[in-house]
Amino acid sequence: MNNFQPDERGYWGEFGGRFVPETLMSPIEELTEAYFAVRDDANFQREFLQLLKDFSGRPTPLFHAKRLSEKFGGAQIYLKREELGHTGSHKINNAIGQILLARKMGKRRIIAETGAGQHGVATATVCALFGLECVVYMGTEDMRRQELNVFRMRLMGAEVRGVDAGAKTLKDAINEALRDWVTNVDSTYYLLGSALGPHPYPLMVRDFQSVIGKEAREQILEKNGELPTALVACVGGGSNAIGLFHPFLGDDSVRMIGVEAGGKGNNLGEHAARFNKAGGGRIGVLQGTKSYLLQNDDGQIALTHSISAGLDYASVGPEHAFLQSIGRVEYAMATDGEALEAFQLLSETEGIIPALESSHAIAHLLKLAPEMSASETIICNLSGRGDKDVSQVQEMLRENGA
Amino acid sequence: MNRITEEFNKLKTAKRGGFVPFIVAGDPDLATTKNLIVKLAEKGASVIELGVPFSDPVADGVTIQASGERALRNAISVEKILQIVDEVRREKCETPIILFSYFNPILQFGLEKFASEAAKSGVDGILITDLVPEEAGEFRRILAEKNLALIMLAAPTSSDERLRKICAQASGFVYAVSRAGVTGARNETSSAAENLVARLRKFTDLPIAVGFGISTAAQVAETWKYADAAVVGSAIVAEMMKIAANPDKVPNDFVERIGDFAGNLLPENIST
Repeated sequence: MNNFQPDERGYWGEFGGRFVPETLMSPIEELTEAYFAVRDDANFQREFLQLLKDFSGRPTPLFHAKRLSEKFGGAQIYLKREELGHTGSHKINNAIGQILLARKMGKRRIIAETGAGQHGVATATVCALFGLECVVYMGTEDMRRQELNVFRMRLMGAEVRGVDAGAKTLKDAINEALRDWVTNVDSTYYLLGSALGPHPYPLMVRDFQSVIGKEAREQILEKNGELPTALVACVGGGSNAIGLFHPFLGDDSVRMIGVEAGGKGNNLGEHAARFNKAGGGRIGVLQGTKSYLLQNDDGQIALTHSISAGLDYASVGPEHAFLQSIGRVEYAMATDGEALEAFQLLSETEGIIPALESSHAIAHLLKLAPEMSASETIICNLSGRGDKDVSQVQEMLRENGA
Repeated sequence: MNRITEEFNKLKTAKRGGFVPFIVAGDPDLATTKNLIVKLAEKGASVIELGVPFSDPVADGVTIQASGERALRNAISVEKILQIVDEVRREKCETPIILFSYFNPILQFGLEKFASEAAKSGVDGILITDLVPEEAGEFRRILAEKNLALIMLAAPTSSDERLRKICAQASGFVYAVSRAGVTGARNETSSAAENLVARLRKFTDLPIAVGFGISTAAQVAETWKYADAAVVGSAIVAEMMKIAANPDKVPNDFVERIGDFAGNLLPENIST
């Protein structure tokens, strides 16, 4: 493996692979073949970039958050404004890439899973754009906390199917989407939303999201004439983080930190920090891939908790597991409380309301930036905007007596 | 010789098909599972498939999902299931038993440890729904050292190239999935099954069992015309959940009734 590419079985080191029912293997092989055919195809890439530009408004700005930098009293902080893209998060990048591929493969029915609803909204959006049937699976707990996104999806003609199993969150939605796919393999394209699942999804999603890091790298070089000191992004499945990190992996001087959801405690079930070994994170196999999982001693997947639906997941993308194992990327945690504070802090300081997911990355800046010098720079991925979270936050602040 | 091979040889000599009932270990409770295994053997099961419950059963339909959830409330583990098989063997029940699992619970138990303890307890083989041939090599070798079979799944969507890979990894028998989809009872078996079995015969001399969607004696009889065995899962599990709707209040005649239900899925018992 060179240049951080997986081997042909989809492994980065010991992480990745394909662990799915046999029925899905032929469609996955077909998908792999179709993807590798377009991966280096200039026409496809041109069409992809054109849509990112015309439909989604890329490139997204790299914004120097001066007041936040001053407040922390250390490194200069730059925000990669993914929240300004169409639909309000980075999820649209991958949705555009995969919908073009689905069309090329002749698929008319698109299914997707969603946690916070951002990927569901992005998928519903591109399906409306191309007039394709769209079914989105979403845990009923997530439907409750992300009601606005449910409405947005329905408005764009998608069918949102509630999933009542398990904790009624992202993991359960993926299970149901996989069951749909296995039942409707011929007609259906599964538009998976994060750098997860069986090969080639982790690779494909990362490739489509790498536009974030490619732009950020050019933008910071143009502004400062040098590479950033550090990159920070939140990690649920890990697509916004890998999208920012990947184009910098070969730059040894650039430090990278992924921020997981520390939730409300360190016991199994209270958080979603898969690299937290004391909290129950161990290598295992879930939903098609080998990675770090939150599980009990018997290999049953644990319930997870996070204030943010998009980070509330028991596994993490296999490339992150690999980057952690070789020490290239560091992984930290931010608790529910820290994320909530960061949510308010960025709103007050810069006039930007971040998604609760992205607030975890902002929360980590508070720990990192003050220890750095004013000549050093951090790029933090602002992966989504917080409009979807305001009523939930309002409720929580009221409960906290604020 | 492995008990599975012995059983299929006997069936072949007798010129009849095999009957493979499936139940989830630990639903409604482990003691009942043990009694059920013995009862299903008495009623003419050729091989018994024992489901290892998993928190995220992506290959299963609602019936087996619900049964697995009930079992997990009893904190079922691989260790406890092997213990039950050991107890069954002590009662001189010699019907082949295979475990039907997802990969993670076995991986966490430890592949080497699993092979060694499963062999000791009297398990004959294992089928792992999310372990495709590309990922199965190491585990197959570990199992073979202990004379345990790795039963591989083949699907109607599998290409000939894939069927060849599947058959190269398989031992004991090959499990042909009758249709694209999750587990669950249907009134008719898909015609895709017969075609798949015919294609599989080109790549293997192993016996072939057909499963997914078989729920009546008529379907079992139909399956026997072209395959070596029929697997019935969700229909039995649904009956179990109906009779023991509350897993804390299992009727005294539960095992007897499920035994009768399973026995009636054998075509020869219908006419008598």
